Amino acid sequence: MSTTTPKTWGLLAQYESPREIYKACEKVRDAGYKKWDACTPFPVHGLDKAMGAPPSTLPWYVLVIGICGSIFALSFEIWSMQSDYPFILAGKPLLSIPAYVPVWYEFTVLSSCLTVFFGNWFLNRLPQYHHPAFQSKAFERVTDDKFFILIEAKDARFDADKTRALLKGTGASHIEELGD
Amino acid sequence: MSSKVIERPTDITVPATSLWAKLPVIAGGVGALGTLATIGMMFGEHKERAFFSYLFAYMTVLSVALGSLIFVLIQHVARAGWSAVVRRIAENSAATLPLFVLLFLPILLGFGHLYPWSHESDKILEAKRWWLGADLGNHSMAKFVLRAAIFFAVWVGLSYVLRKRSTAQDALVEDKEKRNTVTLSLWSLSAGGIFLYALSQSFAAVDWLMSLQPHWYSTIFGVYYFAGSMVGFYSFLALAAMALQKGGMLKTAITTEHFHDIGKFMFGHTVFWAYITFSQFMLIWYANIPEETEYFMVRMEGGWDKLSLAMPLIHFFIPFLFLVSRHVKRSRVGLAIGAIWLITVHTLDIFWIVIPNAGAHHGPPAGAAHGAAGEAVAAVGHAPHLSVALTDVTAFIGIVGLFLAAFAFLMKKNAVVCIGDPRLDESLAHENF
Repeated sequence: MSTTTPKTWGLLAQYESPREIYKACEKVRDAGYKKWDACTPFPVHGLDKAMGAPPSTLPWYVLVIGICGSIFALSFEIWSMQSDYPFILAGKPLLSIPAYVPVWYEFTVLSSCLTVFFGNWFLNRLPQYHHPAFQSKAFERVTDDKFFILIEAKDARFDADKTRALLKGTGASHIEELGD
Repeated sequence: MSSKVIERPTDITVPATSLWAKLPVIAGGVGALGTLATIGMMFGEHKERAFFSYLFAYMTVLSVALGSLIFVLIQHVARAGWSAVVRRIAENSAATLPLFVLLFLPILLGFGHLYPWSHESDKILEAKRWWLGADLGNHSMAKFVLRAAIFFAVWVGLSYVLRKRSTAQDALVEDKEKRNTVTLSLWSLSAGGIFLYALSQSFAAVDWLMSLQPHWYSTIFGVYYFAGSMVGFYSFLALAAMALQKGGMLKTAITTEHFHDIGKFMFGHTVFWAYITFSQFMLIWYANIPEETEYFMVRMEGGWDKLSLAMPLIHFFIPFLFLVSRHVKRSRVGLAIGAIWLITVHTLDIFWIVIPNAGAHHGPPAGAAHGAAGEAVAAVGHAPHLSVALTDVTAFIGIVGLFLAAFAFLMKKNAVVCIGDPRLDESLAHENF
């Protein structure tokens, strides 16, 4: 059963320059919106501040998993050399921490890096094969030379007319409604 | 790209009432007193230790000046924008290098006490003599002096030109064409300068520090000294920038963003130092060849063992875990604690390199019949017990004082920021992600 009136996913607004989108973001932030995002063809310095975006939680994932990886690598080396398969190498004692350091260090780096890589995917909800913004023809130029703000209808403050007026007031050159 | 208006700083000269204005006299007085006291003790009862104390203090402070020089070179080569507000600090601390030419003279005075190869002989030393110089008998240090002269020519030449052209650029704020020409000329000078610096710095570390134990060798030693010097330099830069703001300069120009970046470099070079230091240690430990293990043998007894084992902890794990947080790097107090800690452990690191050689027995090998390896083992002496001598303190205070005096004197002479730099606006607006 499909509903007769198409549901709105949200609004898309296009801007022509980094300066314009920066100022527009400040206004959307100050209007109290929470469920929205800005898309730019290249990183715009300070944009996360203009958006009021909270700091990323990724460093905490990396810290915890990095420490776990570090402890795991060292304990694994000690266990394997001490009890699982004791083997004298180069006349060194079985417990030779200096010899363990390269693997210990590299494993710490590896576990941290993999956490950065996959944590980034996870927090950005990737892979995502479709997004409502892809309906828009104008949005194709986000990877070229245009700047966009997307406000979701799920936002508590969203109101089709008022939000459109707000975006118009920020100097958007083109506003489009996106279906769900 | 921020929408805030960029204001060019106006608080760019040392106020006459600030401590900075008096520093040349105060630090210079204290420094001269300390240095002269140390030189006086070079003729006293404990003269041998006095020479080693002096070398320790000299190499510690020199590492900061050399770190400043490579910092400026790298900023120009990388066309770095962020650092324009703090580059003048490094230009001035690099321009203190002529002072180190003068301060090198006491090391020449102690040549015979410091460097065993100046008066000892065995198969290994004779094989190295084509480079080291000093023919036995006439105590000639011609090659040693000649090499030092080349190093100083490179360092003084580069630091002089870098500062000279940058300060001349201050007057060209309005003349866009001309000021760009200056920056481009420094860019190409620095590209070549980095090569000269890398070679001269490595060879100087080998000459002045590694040859304290002439049987020993480590191909990574030049990089080891470099890594420590960068830790020392970035900590110095953080503290100097904070002191400038305390003195009423660049109050708004140097922001948390710049301190954050300096903190990242402090953190990064701490890791780099640990990587290099451990690489040097592990290869020697694993191969276990007598002429290589000598270096660590003398540092594993007489109290030095405790410092040796503490080094990974105090010079790596503690600062690593402390500075890893972005919040610590972005807090002035946090960064200042980190910088003071790192400068202290860097000083201890140079202390650990130099002082165990003081008074070590380097007499002619007793077991000369046992071949080269036997000679090397026999030549290994015993380090004096770990202790801080009076001369360590006087030499350190002396050279640090003279360095700070020269630095503050240069800071006073010109604007404390590269006001004519074409990248200053970019630096003022700099933001981290």
